[in-house]
Amino acid sequence: MTNPVGGNGSGGRFDDGAGDGVVAGGGDAVAGEAGDGVVGAAAGGDLVLVGLSVGYPSGWRRPDKVILSGLELRAAAGRVTVLMGPNGSGKSTLLRSIAGLQRCLSGTVTLAGDSLAGLDPRARAARLAVVLTERFDPGLLRGGDVVALGRFPHQRRSGTLRPADQQAVADALAAVHAEDMVDVMLARMSDGQRQRIMIARALAQEPALLLLDEPSAFLDAPARIELLAVLRRIAAERGIPVVASTHDVEAAVRMGQDGWLIGPGPLCTSGPVDTLASSGAIGAAFDTSAVAFEPDSGMFRMR
Amino acid sequence: MRLQRPTVVLAGLAVLTVGSAVLAIGVGSASIPPSATLRYLTTGDAGDPTWTVLLAQVRLPRAITAILAGAGLAVAGLLMQTLFANPLADPYILGVSSGAGLGVALSVLGTGTTAGAFVAGLGVSGRFRTVVAAGLGALAILALVLVLGRWVRSVVALLIIGVMIGAASGALVALLLAFSDPARIQKFVLWGLGSVGGTSWQDLLFLAPAVLVGVVMAGWLSPSLNALLLGETYAASMGVGVRRIRASAIVATAVIAGAVTAFCGPIAFLGIAIPHLTRLALGRADHRLLVPAAVLMGAVVCQLCAVLAQLPGSDGVLPLNVVTAAIGAPVVVIALLRSRTLAAGAA
Repeated sequence: MTNPVGGNGSGGRFDDGAGDGVVAGGGDAVAGEAGDGVVGAAAGGDLVLVGLSVGYPSGWRRPDKVILSGLELRAAAGRVTVLMGPNGSGKSTLLRSIAGLQRCLSGTVTLAGDSLAGLDPRARAARLAVVLTERFDPGLLRGGDVVALGRFPHQRRSGTLRPADQQAVADALAAVHAEDMVDVMLARMSDGQRQRIMIARALAQEPALLLLDEPSAFLDAPARIELLAVLRRIAAERGIPVVASTHDVEAAVRMGQDGWLIGPGPLCTSGPVDTLASSGAIGAAFDTSAVAFEPDSGMFRMR
Repeated sequence: MRLQRPTVVLAGLAVLTVGSAVLAIGVGSASIPPSATLRYLTTGDAGDPTWTVLLAQVRLPRAITAILAGAGLAVAGLLMQTLFANPLADPYILGVSSGAGLGVALSVLGTGTTAGAFVAGLGVSGRFRTVVAAGLGALAILALVLVLGRWVRSVVALLIIGVMIGAASGALVALLLAFSDPARIQKFVLWGLGSVGGTSWQDLLFLAPAVLVGVVMAGWLSPSLNALLLGETYAASMGVGVRRIRASAIVATAVIAGAVTAFCGPIAFLGIAIPHLTRLALGRADHRLLVPAAVLMGAVVCQLCAVLAQLPGSDGVLPLNVVTAAIGAPVVVIALLRSRTLAAGAA
């Protein structure tokens, strides 16, 4: 197994120009073993979850359906936090709850010390952006149109782009190397190109937090690694926390910085991904009777 | 500076709107040459007293009605297609026309019933009674959809509710038809064929503001509608108040479709075909361009349909719906085939 970008399961830091020196926040303070809660002092623009319970609120003759509860997690600014967990473990629910797309059952979500609850949708959208798995009919949309839509929370009512908006769009396109896709119809793009456009759209929101739900789901192996590299650079350059869920644990271990790990069961642990791998936490969450995770190679093997 | 395609398309459509208006004003029982029409429009005198009266009383109201109906239905269709992310949506998708039809059926066929008595009790009769009945029917259905929509999370469920309400009111109409006197049935059938003729200046005092309000609302919603192109969740994540936008789009559609249907009957196919034609012409998905272009495209197409319905060179008049369906159905098919994404089934 060759590793095209250097670094491996033992946590080599991938450096693609931004430099690790840019890493802001208390990233490395989020160290430690499985079961660690919030570690370190509140730093810069960190995302902090305190006593968070997520799930679906009670309805008529239906009690609360709790998916995950008592979450104490931190995502450091300037770093990529990968959210790992088996299918159906609640990764998407957690991301949607942080994003305010569904209500949290209890607990608080704070970004750079400010609570995200109670913000009106436009104010929240100006602070955090999401990349979802939702597919839509690309119709006549062009790459540039989609990225410009990210300016919605900052725009005037008329929807016209001011120079500052145009600059933000250009910066977002540059961040994902998609400058040449402005006039390309979304319908004609490959999945990887489309995903880069969707990330650029999120960046155009100039968020202080970027959340991605399974951003690598439709991508081939090289594109997955490239995507994580792009995310690391974005986190470092913009000094914001980036949280990306993935079921691709091998890529996450190889390329991730910090990790949130759901499993086994509703247990949630956090720490640098290499620590999560070497401590056996990943194995505990994912191993089945047939497959086991090997911390040394960072890969799954048949037993 | 190189001219952008949207600019060219919008300018071309504006010219066509004026051209088709002159053409549409000219045709009818007595043919009026374009020169006389232009002279009347600029000086108020067509050069022939008969023509002047004909233009003032019949042709101008008819042309303005066609413009309003076409523009309104086009915008309403655009709103529904975007809201439901469905290329088959039209202004009547939420049952507005069935509601209007039910109102008219109750008023025309159901004399002696409570509803018929209610409409009669409003002190209106004849043509205006039909208009009031259609408006009330549309309003009732809209209210029902909006109330049910409060409990519905997904637009798909809302769509199904609209279709089901339409089917239920259609069944009621069929029931009324089954027990009615053929002469009254004919009156109802005539209403259902659609017409932009027969509107007076007084009618336009109601129709014009209703369509204008709906179109202005659509224009105001445009930036949010653009965000909705990425789906409701993305739109919500960008700060769009999805429920508020949804309710506004439904109200705008209902105001337009309710008013147009009340005065002109349910005009088929314009609402579904014109948004597709407009997208095809513009090649853009931006509602800030699509709404004005749909207004112009709707005005042009509806007027041309009205011209064809007059069967120029003969004395006969076709029902408007015959023409709109004959033109609209192939247009929808061609538009869908031309649109590679839809033809490929990507969604």
